Order: sequence, then structure tokens, then C-alpha cells
Amino acid sequence: MNITVKLFATLREGRGKILEMECKEGTRIRDILHDLKIEEKEVAILLKNGISSKMDVVPSCGDYLSIFPPVGGG
Amino acid sequence: MQNYFGYQGTVLRVNLTEKTIKKEELNLDDALKFIGGRGLGTKILMDEVDPKTDALSTENKLIFATGPLTGTSTPTGGRYMVITKSPLTGTVACSNSGGYWGAEFKFAGYDAVIIEGKSEEPVYLNIADDIVEIKDASFVWGKTAGETTAAFEEVYGKKVRVATIGPAGERLSKISGIMNDRGRAAGRSGVGAVMGSKNLKAIVVRGTGKVNVNDALKLKEAFSKSMAKIRENGVTGQGLPTYGSAVLVNIINENGVLPTNNFQESYFDKADEISGETLAEKFMKKKDPCYRCPIGCGRYCEVDGIEGSGPEYETIWGFGSDCGVSDLGAIIKANYWCNEYGLDTISASATIAAAMELYQKGYIKKEDLEGAPELIWGNAEAVVEWTKLMGQVKGLGAKMAEGSYRLCESYGVPELSMSVKKQEMPAYDPRGIQGIGLNYATSNRGGCHVRGYMISPEILSLPQGLDRFATDEKAEWTKIFQDFTASIDAVGLCLFTSFAMGADDYADLYNSICGTKLTGNEFIEIGDRIWNLERLYNLKAGIDPSEDTLPKRLLEEPISAGPSTGHVNKLSVTLPQYYKARGWTEKGIPTEEKLTLLGLEAFK
Repeated sequence: MNITVKLFATLREGRGKILEMECKEGTRIRDILHDLKIEEKEVAILLKNGISSKMDVVPSCGDYLSIFPPVGGG
Repeated sequence: MQNYFGYQGTVLRVNLTEKTIKKEELNLDDALKFIGGRGLGTKILMDEVDPKTDALSTENKLIFATGPLTGTSTPTGGRYMVITKSPLTGTVACSNSGGYWGAEFKFAGYDAVIIEGKSEEPVYLNIADDIVEIKDASFVWGKTAGETTAAFEEVYGKKVRVATIGPAGERLSKISGIMNDRGRAAGRSGVGAVMGSKNLKAIVVRGTGKVNVNDALKLKEAFSKSMAKIRENGVTGQGLPTYGSAVLVNIINENGVLPTNNFQESYFDKADEISGETLAEKFMKKKDPCYRCPIGCGRYCEVDGIEGSGPEYETIWGFGSDCGVSDLGAIIKANYWCNEYGLDTISASATIAAAMELYQKGYIKKEDLEGAPELIWGNAEAVVEWTKLMGQVKGLGAKMAEGSYRLCESYGVPELSMSVKKQEMPAYDPRGIQGIGLNYATSNRGGCHVRGYMISPEILSLPQGLDRFATDEKAEWTKIFQDFTASIDAVGLCLFTSFAMGADDYADLYNSICGTKLTGNEFIEIGDRIWNLERLYNLKAGIDPSEDTLPKRLLEEPISAGPSTGHVNKLSVTLPQYYKARGWTEKGIPTEEKLTLLGLEAFK
């Protein structure tokens, strides 16, 4: 199945902005991050289709993830 | 005179009608009860300015106030606040600024200055330690903030710190602010117009003193603890230093709550082009930190020979997605002109967005533009040129310089103004973030994000994550965030420290400097007192609790696309809960019990 991963801020370094990933059924978000060599502690905000999500969630084909390191402001 | 710690013990009183200058002793009881800055300034306003006063009349007063931590070694300890009655909202105004002016003013030996009356001719206030003088400002009247600052540096040397209005404040634009150190602003609620109405162009300061500390050893410990937290926290230690506040563009857009085209939409497909990432990659020249700031979120950018401080996230949103503009260079230019003319970037950009909707719907006609760039979504040239026209208070720009509410009202459609209590809301769509909507609706200075930054728990998961669509517990959270913020403002620290620091950390810094013994909870309770005093001022000013609301669009029209599709703000659920959490009546009036508890019974 296809999952789109959107990376932001420092997570883009050496990886790019938008990655199209081919994953096996049942792959958890945690596994996708592992493949991208992103450590869980680097992730502060994790969204699936724009809604807050968790590492153990299994995305469906066509879902997109938005992943941010600790950032903020205002 | 007694020995003060944290405070300098002196408040300046300058009457511009009589041309008199007095040095008064700080009321220490008030200082202990309200801390300083926003708290102390509001107490002075309540004591001295009838809430029903016309904000632009000679009876209004303009108070510049520092906190006890301003000018100390504490992280970000350089803030000052401008407290007055707002000409934009009719509420109490408190605009907060960083940079270096606040610390310098404190070093000159003062906690606050109260400006009264009105000068016949343009004047400025020159403060150099003990010397305080009212001087002729005709040579800088009409000049921009940058030109004015440069002119004073010519006269007094490069070390001088200048807080000044630009041409917009001189011409009484209700969305004008006060600029200091060129690129920092006490921007919101029209405080620049109040300064302009007094014919006061600037306050120039040099100070060589210092702030007394009660317990240097305790301060050293508290300082080290706070600094470690700021450095170790991902937001204050990495995110903000690397990308500045602009990093929020993508975060907010990915959540589908980046207001676009005057809040008609909430997702901007070109967000990455105006993001903090793009700013860092293409336009940032250097960092531009404030006094003693370990975070250093300020940016200094350049485009086409124009350079200066900023833009901040809110500014990028306002001139960017809210106007449908994806040209970051144009946004940097519009930000530059706001700083030069002395306009609040949030209100100015949101007013252009409102004007674009008025144009889209045929209320503003092509001939009204008098040849200026067309007010159509995405027109980058328009945001730059209309900013200038607002700054010059010229043509349709003069109408726009009154802010979006009065602009839209003049066409009979005030509901197209995305404002609360006539002040433009910032860059987060409250339909997809319930708590920030409650905060906007109840903020004591109208639409504002920095009275209670609910984005922190609802989007950034700090200090813990809250479901942004849920209404549960948002009232309690909003109240605590509002109170906590009021206390942080009052001590003179930057709100951004609160991403890393907790109430006990602030109390430790405050206690070590002032010799007080507050717990973290008591520190937050002072914020509750400040909040209620502000509320009482607004009620006396005739601001009805029915104004604790949001634009109809946000309550009735669901978001039409993106990750927050289908949501509206459920204020009718959260507002009654909020009044209850505050200990107010169901009509939003502080109860006698509550006021007695806070020691505010004299003001009911």
C-alpha cells in the first residue's frame, strides 16, 4: 500500500520534503519512521491525515503522515 | 527612600499639557499585589482613567511599565508593556514588547512612566538616568520609525534606545503600534494612536544603573535551573532558535487550521512557499534576538534591498494565506512597511484580507482603489502597496487604517471582519481548535493569541496534548493559561519561556530577585487577580459580556476543506463552563465572593 510521508523542519535534512512510501499491510507508523531512520524521540507532532495520531497506529493505503520535530512559536 | 529589590522604586509622571515631570515613589503594596508591567499598569489605569473616557482624548493616559525582572539577568528579562484604554476595542489595552528599550528604561532608574494630557506641538521625551526632559520633536514628526530612530542616534549616539510611533500613529490609525529598537513592537490595540493623540513622537532612553537583587545566590540557582530547561526543551532549545515562530506555518496548515482568504478557508495549498523552512532557506540574513534571550527566535531578513526584523509567524499568515498570497518576498516587504509606518502587522494584514473579501463581494468597487493594485486574493503587490496606503492613512487606506471592523461596518457588513471586540484575530482557525476560540472570545483586549496560548496544548502537545476538537476541560485550561500568562507578562519575561518553564520556575526567579516568598500557585493566582481587574475595567467601560463571542462565520459555517472539515467553534458549550471556572455569574460578571477572594472588592 502507498503512504505519503510529509517531513518538516530539521527532519527534512537528508530525507526530503514529501516521500511516497510503499508499505506492507499492517505496517505501523513506528515501522515507517524506523525505515526513515527517524528516532521516536525526535518526533514531537505526529499527524495522520491532519489529525493527531500515535506510533502504534496502522495507516491505510492512501493515508498521509505529517511529522514535526519539537517546534512552536506564535 | 527604602531599598528596593527588583523594582527601581520610582514612577515617572509626565504631563504634556502642563509640561511637568514628577518622580513619584512606587506604591509597593500595589507592586506586591499586581507584580508590575501589565498588572501594575492596569491598576494605575483603573485608579486614574475613567473607563468611559474617549481613548483618544486628553483624559486617557499612556503607561509604559516594566516588570521587576526587566533589566535583570533572568532569561528574556527585557520586556515592557504599554497600558492604556484602547481606541480600537474600547477595552483595556496592554501591548507587550521585547527588544532592548525596556531594560534600558529600567537602567535609567524607573519602573514605569505615566504620560498624561496632550502637547500642543509634537514633542519627545528624553530620559538619560536622572535627566528627564520634554523636547521639540518637529524634526522627526512625519518620519518613519527607522528614520526617527536613526535621527535620535545622530543626536544622542548609537547607544540610545528609542520607542517611537510612525506616521500611522501620528495620524491616529486605530491599528497603529509603538516601535522600539526599529523592529520590535508594542503592536496591538492601537496604542500608537494614543501616543499620537498626545503629540508624543518618541521616548528616547539611556540608562547606566542596574537592578538590585535580593538574593544573588538564590538567583544564580534559579537562573541555572531555568536556563537548563530552556536549553533542553525541544521548542525553546532547537525549534524556535532554528526557524523562529514562522515554523508554525506548516504545522498549523497540516492541521487544517491556517485561516485562508479571510477565514473563508482553513487550508492553504501553497503554505510551504511561505513557511519558516523557506524563510530560513531563502531570506534569512541573521538572527535578531532580544535582550538576554537564550532562545533568539527573532529573524532578520532581506529581499530586493529591503531588510529588517521579522517577519513573525502571525505576520506571514496575515499577509500570506489570509490574503491568499504565496510570495514570501512580498510578505517581508509588507512587514517592513508595517514596522516603518508603525502598524500592527496582525491587524493591518487581516484588514487587507477583509478588504479583499469586500472587493470579492462587490462592496469595494474598482474605482474606489484609485489606481492602487487590485484587492484580489493572491495579489502580492496589493499587500505591499495597501500596507503603505494604510500607513500613510490615504484614500481608501485611511478607512482601512481604522481596522477591519470599522471598514466592514462602513459597508454594512461588520460580520465580514474577522475580529473579536473589534480587534483582528490571529493565525489559528478556532473552528478546528476549540480552546483557542474560547480564548479569543474572552480575551480582555479582544482577538488575541497571547492572552492564553491554547495552541500549546491543543496543537503542540505542551505541556500535554489535548484533543483540539473536544470541548471538555477547555474552559479550565483556558483560564489557567490566561492567568499564568498575565503573571509572566507582569514580571517582564517573554511568554515563549513558558514552553519550557513552569510556575515554580518563575516564582523562584521572582522570589530571589524581589525577596518575596510566592509558591508557583500563588504566582498564577496573581494572574487571576490581574485578569479580573482587566475584566472589571472592561465592564465599567461598557463592554457587555455579549461581546465575548466570535464572528458568525466561525460559529455557523463549517470548515469546507482540509483536515478540519466539518467543524465549527462550539462557544455556546465552552463559554458557560468558562464563566463558571472563573467564578463569575452565568452572565459573565465576577461575583463579590470572587472579588473578595482576590482582594479586588474595592473595584466592583
